[in-house]
Amino acid sequence: MDFLVFQVPALTAQAILDGILLGILFALIAYGMALQWGVMNIINIAQGELVIMGGYIAYFMYMSGIHPAWGIFVSPVIMFFVGVFIYKLVINKVVDRDMFISILATFGISILMMQLMNFGFGSDVVVAQSDFGTTMLFNNSVTLPNSKIFSAVVSITCAILLTVYMKKSKLGRAIRATAQNARAAKILGVDTEKVYASTFGINAALCGVAGALVAITFTLHPYVGLPYTVRSFMIVIVAGLGNLPGVAISGMSLGVFEEFADYLLGTEFRIATVFFLLVFILLYRRFKLARKREYLK
Amino acid sequence: MKNLYRSILSFISVLALVFSFGTANAKVEGNTIVLGAAVSLTGKYSTNGEHTKNGYNLAVKRINDMGGVKVKGKSYKFKIIYYDDESNSKRAAQLAERLIKQDGVKYMLGPYSSGLTKAIAPVTEENKIPMVEANGASRSLFTKGYKYLFAVLSPANQYLEVAIDLAVEKNGGKPVRIAQAFEQDAFSQDVRLGVLDAAKRTGSKIIIDDKLPKELNDMAATLAKVKAVKPDVLVVSGHSKGALTAIRQISEMKVDVPMLAMTHCDASKLAKQHGAKSEFALCASQWHKTLTYKDKFFGDGIKYDKDFTKAYGYAPPYQAAESSAALLVFKDAFERANSFDTKKVRDALAKTEMQTFYGNIKFGSGGQNTAKPMVLFQVMCKSGKCENVVVAPTKWAAAELIHPIPPWSKRK
Repeated sequence: MDFLVFQVPALTAQAILDGILLGILFALIAYGMALQWGVMNIINIAQGELVIMGGYIAYFMYMSGIHPAWGIFVSPVIMFFVGVFIYKLVINKVVDRDMFISILATFGISILMMQLMNFGFGSDVVVAQSDFGTTMLFNNSVTLPNSKIFSAVVSITCAILLTVYMKKSKLGRAIRATAQNARAAKILGVDTEKVYASTFGINAALCGVAGALVAITFTLHPYVGLPYTVRSFMIVIVAGLGNLPGVAISGMSLGVFEEFADYLLGTEFRIATVFFLLVFILLYRRFKLARKREYLK
Repeated sequence: MKNLYRSILSFISVLALVFSFGTANAKVEGNTIVLGAAVSLTGKYSTNGEHTKNGYNLAVKRINDMGGVKVKGKSYKFKIIYYDDESNSKRAAQLAERLIKQDGVKYMLGPYSSGLTKAIAPVTEENKIPMVEANGASRSLFTKGYKYLFAVLSPANQYLEVAIDLAVEKNGGKPVRIAQAFEQDAFSQDVRLGVLDAAKRTGSKIIIDDKLPKELNDMAATLAKVKAVKPDVLVVSGHSKGALTAIRQISEMKVDVPMLAMTHCDASKLAKQHGAKSEFALCASQWHKTLTYKDKFFGDGIKYDKDFTKAYGYAPPYQAAESSAALLVFKDAFERANSFDTKKVRDALAKTEMQTFYGNIKFGSGGQNTAKPMVLFQVMCKSGKCENVVVAPTKWAAAELIHPIPPWSKRK
């Protein structure tokens, strides 16, 4: 049984592809988190709940007879306004405070959202059927659910669109300026309040897209948001703050790493291994930084 | 002065006597027997908490309507004080204290889930309050030597033992190769222990033994391994999320196994949510409406199903049926004890031997129900409509087990 993954070559391919597909979806969620973190200096603990809420929008479309994949268009629109609403209600009061306050505030939001979703949607675990079928590779020895491939394609498209938007559009430039130096941006006429609100909205919209994808690839339940928050947090940490292309790479490599940990060490260790890697990377960074000479420019 | 002391002293002792009489003689107000229950009306167990409460309420109404509980020639009615434990085990333990210490409740009904029952049991045990529970199946509840805990349901380790026996039987009595994936929580791990026992007993070999982390929503790696080693049976248990994830990914990855045994198929509404994809899945269940057990209160399973549906607008899951059965057990015990003394009621409970619409009930030394076997049903689909049909034990089988499961390439 040991190291089955090396005895059966198809399993290696399966593990790599599964890991990449899984990682891309998480990277999309992490993308929103990195953006928000970079611009507003807020770690959003409610990230996972935003994803799940987006998922429920797709689920209700599915229940009313619309294909849940259309959720990738509807869900972000609704979630954008949910995001802006949450910003106006809570986040604008904590945005320039220290990070601890914002963590507490978003933690509160996450609990509130969980309970509201439980109240509104019930505590049953639900799934939306995409019926996309399966792609078989290498003489049927590697199987990839088309729903996962669809998720990956949508996630990549979203990431590219967002990057282009950030570079080309007026709001994108304003967001980047605010991220670099909020005070200077304000002096030069950037409405930072609006920038913050839209950043939070864009993050929620990304979560909405991811949620719709989660609804068709995994399962939904009001209380399963936290793993998404933790995972995206880890991806951002590994990528390094402000490193958006790094988010995609770190998402995919964590995914692959996790799959191999599963095959080599056992399923019970897959999450533990990823955390171990996180600790290792943080320590490594610390030593590297400590070795760097400090000098005045 | 001495007289004054004496009269104060006697007044206090009379008061003490009255109070002690009151407590020893339990929470019976007028002609009402008050039971206490902390169930999850909010939080993650709220759906099943609701089933539990509805099950209790239906039985209370039925027993009261049919003459109530007869103790010492007088007829008493049941009444339940409910609190919402918010699906939180700490809260559940606090509420059990509150029910016992403040509300003076002397008889308890169980909460929903093994975890919450585990939190409440030490409290009821310490206060010597008999508790009949219907929704905590974890084996560890019955190995602690609790004297006041009684469970009407079969312990978790029995859930899938039957499936392994069935697989061996279908294999011509020869041992089988088992692949299993269980979530890392008390209940699923108990189910796992049962499967390990069955494997040992039948000489079967476990070739994959994955423990799924609670946060996990993807079991592609486990299923890829299953595809590679081709076991005779695949066993999966991880509550509703595990059941739904397994079926989704087994169908997407086209994993062919001759037998797929799971838990929580009815709780997760598997047949409804996944339709034909869930076909042929074999599921362990505490109860099914087609079983032929009978009692004079609910008649049989079919009648119970009808009455429950009429009262609450949905078909009763087994969580509701077992909750109703708990009340029948209490009534029976009160009448046999012919007393409200908690010790006597406890002793009567321990000697319970009865049949209810839900199944036979007889408690083992740990408080678990030893008289009722688990049933296995298989999801079967006919022209797009899927339902659960009992296939084992043979005594109640409504259809024959379809074995082996046809490969995905031959399925529509």
